[in-house]
Amino acid sequence: MKPNNFSKSMGFQKILALGVLALLYIFFAIFGNNFFSWTYLVNILDASYFIGFMAIGVTFVIITGGIDLSLGTTMMCGALLGGAAYNIWGWGIAESLILVVVVATIIGIINGLLIAYLKLPPFIATLGTQMVGMGFGAIVTKVMTMRYPTVGTPDGFFKNIFYKTSTGFPVGAVWLAVAFIIASIVLNKTKFGRYTFAIGSNREAARLSGIKVQRWQALVYTLCGFFAGLAGIFYAAVYTSIIPSTGNGLEVLAIAGVVIGGTSMTGGVGSISGTIIGVFIMSILKQGLMSMGLQAHWQTFFTGIVVIGAVLLDNYRIAQAQKVKIKAD
Amino acid sequence: MPEILLEMKNIQKYFAGVHALDDVSISINAGEVHALVGENGAGKSTLMKILSGIYQKDGGSIIYKGQEVEISSPLEAQIMGITMIHQELNLMPHLTVAENIFIGREPTRGIFVDDTKSNQMAKELLDSLNIDIDPTVRVNTLSIAKQQMVEIAKALSFENTSLLIMDEPTAALTEGEIQDLFKMIRDLRAQGKSIIYISHRLEELPQIADRVTVLRDGQYIDTLNIEDATRQKIISMMVGREIYYDPKEKSNVPEDAPVILEVRNLVANNVKNVSFKLRKGEILGFAGLMGAGRTETMRAIFGADPLASGEIYMNGEKVEIKSPYDAVSHGISYLSEDRRAFGLAIGLSVKENAVMASIEEFSSTLFMDDKKIADVTNEYVEKLSVKTPSINQLVRNLSGGNQQKLVVAKWLIKDSEIFIFDEPTRGIDVGAKSEIYDLMEQLVNEGKSIIMISSEIPELLRMSDRIVVMCEGRITGELDISEATQEKIMSYATMNM
Repeated sequence: MKPNNFSKSMGFQKILALGVLALLYIFFAIFGNNFFSWTYLVNILDASYFIGFMAIGVTFVIITGGIDLSLGTTMMCGALLGGAAYNIWGWGIAESLILVVVVATIIGIINGLLIAYLKLPPFIATLGTQMVGMGFGAIVTKVMTMRYPTVGTPDGFFKNIFYKTSTGFPVGAVWLAVAFIIASIVLNKTKFGRYTFAIGSNREAARLSGIKVQRWQALVYTLCGFFAGLAGIFYAAVYTSIIPSTGNGLEVLAIAGVVIGGTSMTGGVGSISGTIIGVFIMSILKQGLMSMGLQAHWQTFFTGIVVIGAVLLDNYRIAQAQKVKIKAD
Repeated sequence: MPEILLEMKNIQKYFAGVHALDDVSISINAGEVHALVGENGAGKSTLMKILSGIYQKDGGSIIYKGQEVEISSPLEAQIMGITMIHQELNLMPHLTVAENIFIGREPTRGIFVDDTKSNQMAKELLDSLNIDIDPTVRVNTLSIAKQQMVEIAKALSFENTSLLIMDEPTAALTEGEIQDLFKMIRDLRAQGKSIIYISHRLEELPQIADRVTVLRDGQYIDTLNIEDATRQKIISMMVGREIYYDPKEKSNVPEDAPVILEVRNLVANNVKNVSFKLRKGEILGFAGLMGAGRTETMRAIFGADPLASGEIYMNGEKVEIKSPYDAVSHGISYLSEDRRAFGLAIGLSVKENAVMASIEEFSSTLFMDDKKIADVTNEYVEKLSVKTPSINQLVRNLSGGNQQKLVVAKWLIKDSEIFIFDEPTRGIDVGAKSEIYDLMEQLVNEGKSIIMISSEIPELLRMSDRIVVMCEGRITGELDISEATQEKIMSYATMNM
């Protein structure tokens, strides 16, 4: 089997992304303060959990040719409601964490219904649910910061499960790795994954092949919401405090990671392995800028530049792919 | 001797090696309505697109108002006084009539657009053409007929416009509107303007045209005065080509073969009360000109577009088909004329496309069986001799003929009973064509049934057991293959009911 030029360029994209990853790490190791250390490596991992879970879900969405801008606030909305259940309504920690995922999944279902069945453009639908989710979380918590139990308190064990073991091992990374592996299998080995590609590659051809495209498309957004919920659990485990009316903008970290990893915004092309690399580029950037003493607004600034660069690269890739048309006979 | 306005001499045009126009010459007099007729693909549109500057000729010359000219853009054509009114109108629906007419050359006062003046100029123009339209209304509030008149008015707002090209202007109009249009055309002719009039509606021509030129397969056939041009004569000129295939002599389907599909009184977009039967093992041809409603009929049957009313029976039992999913479940497959838009996901591999309709069958509850998928894909790639270096090749890299075979493979793997082929050989070279024909014969020999839409009548005569002819959304004729001829088919295909 001869690999054709297009799949070569896909591979090239991943190698390029790996190179960028290494260069960024070296750059910050030289110019950052104490960046080349176990502490910062753990910090990078910490930041990668919530970005990573969001990115997994939105990889599926972007492969269908869609987008989910509600990711960040969906994650926060779930985490806020879970926090309200724990702090205000007196639920146990396990039930509260389940609620985080349930709330986010429901927002995903709503996105799916709006986009697949009511035919709203994904951009508009998820921009709407972004604001609805953000407002809803603030309303339910009466704009109070929700705090999750810290290590040492009776319920603090959940941090040992999702964040760090009592010995300090970053166990979250194991969960993320497991999620990546499962998602990769789902995308490549199941008909759900195959339909995800088919819808993004040619929705009409998929429909005329007798595929119930609306149902599968709705399911993709539901899955994305579910992963945003998982991201919410890990965000709570790492950062403890959930502040109402935040979260918008965080989706950009995930989306940028996905695109850097070689998933095309026009749909039909993408991989989970590329997304992993992209996610770590984003979390290194986030922590690296911090290690240089540059605060949040600098991160926002550079994230914006990275997003533009990633999409430009995507355009270039598509142009290249269209140039390469070899006749097979 | 009438004054000659335009001569196109020995025009040649190639598209990617296809000889679209072969030494075509045509001459237009000042103040005449000159009809241009021919089958789909005869070269009418190509010739007119060269004249209006959309395409560039590859050979020959254009002599306009006594001078040899080069027309390299629609703007140049317009400056010379040649304007084409396309079938899809080129108006901006959200702007007003006056704004549309003067777009790009709005009267101004200082830096502002002078709307008052623009409206007033538009009013004068419309009045002079006896068109009763308010210049201040938005174009999207007007009927198609009125929009067409706006476009004609726009063309005539350029003072030196002396040649109008109209591409099937009556296709979307009602009888009353057609008469209004004809009156306007006659007025323009009286003012000395020339009109080239493309139409499939042969019975209109005596009402409006002075002369008729017939093209066929990119070649000039003849020009007749309208008095000499009987409908029969035009039809025989349109189809009088050599038949390059031996037509089938008689149907291969026994009279008592069971009816596998029956459609009763189907109504949908551009489909008017269509009924027909398909027998097991039959190739049922669908003939007609562009816009006859054949594709729309099949898409409605397949559930790809909604149907307004009508019933579908399979093996004598009524079935409800509301979506392509339902159609596929009933064993119907549809192979679209536009493979890239509707048939294949060209960014995915051969393997992925081959099983796109049947993944369910290759999946356990959770996982796809990759080995089985590869095996079955390889089997059909070999059986249909799809030329591809590997089943992992991206479909965009296959040639048109191989892409078409792959679509067939997809539906064979799904084990369909009825194959609806919509223009199966469009854009495919001759060798691949005969392979597709062999494939279709193989399918009916295995007891499958085929509906074949084609605009190439010789192809229909070669393949079909029976031919249904459509015109403007209706079935206008049905012919057993033993009695079908090119002339009969074309006569039904141009018969408006």
